[in-house]
Amino acid sequence: MKRRVVITGLGVVAPNARNREEFHSALLEGRSGIRFIPELADLGFGCQVAAVPVDLGAALEKIPHSLRLSTNESMTYAAISAMEAFEDAGLKPAENEPYDDIGAIIGTGIGGIDTFAERVYPSVAEKRIKRLGSTVVEQIMMSGSAARIAGILGLGNQVFSNSSACNTGTEALIMGCQRIELGLAQVMLVGGTEGSGPHTWAGFDAMKVLSRKFNDNPEGASRPMSASAAGFVPAAGAGVLVLENLEHAEKRGARIYAELIGSAINCGGMRAGGTMTMPSPAGVQKCIKQAILAAELDPQEIDYINGHLTATIADPLELINWSKALGREPGDFPWINSTKSLIGHSLGAAGAIETVATVLQMHHGFIHASRNCEDFHPQIADFARHAPQSTLKVPISVAAKASFGFGDVNSCVIFRKWRPL
Amino acid sequence: MNNEDIYNNVVRIVSKHAKDPSALNSIHPDTHILNDLKVNSARLVDIVLDFEDTFDLEISDDDADRIATIGDAVKLVKALKN
Repeated sequence: MKRRVVITGLGVVAPNARNREEFHSALLEGRSGIRFIPELADLGFGCQVAAVPVDLGAALEKIPHSLRLSTNESMTYAAISAMEAFEDAGLKPAENEPYDDIGAIIGTGIGGIDTFAERVYPSVAEKRIKRLGSTVVEQIMMSGSAARIAGILGLGNQVFSNSSACNTGTEALIMGCQRIELGLAQVMLVGGTEGSGPHTWAGFDAMKVLSRKFNDNPEGASRPMSASAAGFVPAAGAGVLVLENLEHAEKRGARIYAELIGSAINCGGMRAGGTMTMPSPAGVQKCIKQAILAAELDPQEIDYINGHLTATIADPLELINWSKALGREPGDFPWINSTKSLIGHSLGAAGAIETVATVLQMHHGFIHASRNCEDFHPQIADFARHAPQSTLKVPISVAAKASFGFGDVNSCVIFRKWRPL
Repeated sequence: MNNEDIYNNVVRIVSKHAKDPSALNSIHPDTHILNDLKVNSARLVDIVLDFEDTFDLEISDDDADRIATIGDAVKLVKALKN
């Protein structure tokens, strides 16, 4: 029999918050984490704004001293978020023996490209291989963040990293859930992480998919669902959630935020309108429908959607896909917002950070402002009243979250707020 | 650089990689870098690179392999500097 899976811990490092509590208040206040980045201007980027975590200060001290020289930016965000989520779940790092029933799936879209650009490439170009020392491999291997977390917390179950572009964070959540459902683990830390910087973002800038018309107005630069949306704002950070077998959580008296009641992962196969960079509408709708089917849910029960909504030309298409998949017309649509309007798009971390946002909104009963959509896109104008532009205090019983990524890959997950009997 | 400077710099460099910071309080020439300070053995490579930069010298792989304690490192640096 499939085990039920609940969320018992949350951790986050975001551009507008250094931890879960700050993230809660930042969402409530609709606080932006987007700033002008002089380095991008100096380098001739079209997009000169970005959203990057700042002033981590004391949180950095939590990473063991001996690991700091071998923990790059994306690993740092992942490690801080994982330690916070673990503690939030009431769990403590293992002492001498690892936890055989706890694993981790921490994905990344781009990974340690900053380490590659700043250390590996120059050393090889200058024929100074020996100077690389011992700390490079663990910072450029795709599983670096998951491995670092396993070491800090002492995880003995499966530990690895997934990668599916901007779909990564949500995909990690679903894969961790499946592992618990199958009885292969009791607890899984799941999430995504992404570092910042010109090497990570240059390719996107060259594709002209980044926001380049609002360099003088950083907080207005991320405009999901807006007629003047002009590309996404690149971002960094990490989100980690503790997923747990319900029985296990109840047995140890853990505080439960929400139950993960249904999910789906698929690929549009780059057919029927799908390409490497654009999702197939049929693929997206199939994914959402499969998640609802798995949740054994009437789509009418969905109160709130945390959209992928990046502020590109794909936003109107996304709303139409949701509407068709749920069978709910604009007049009957759930609440929807874009967390990216506040903190930009952190690629492989986005789905995880946005899931933390989704769970916090469910837990505390509010929907954060979807900023910069005062000029709603005309193609989806009928949906405008369902996208709050200021914080809305409203209970959420059932929430849906989806992420879509290059490669025409999709994932969708449905949560039900936990109400103890 | 006098003997005390060499010793202090060796301790400073090795300390960065110590998994057991409490062991740093009782550090002495016989302190074993891997066993007592719990330094990850892979990090010996970084420690040797740091010695080379700090003391402006080159350390061969054979010499590097012979470093086990703080005292071994101090002795090697002194020998290579003279």
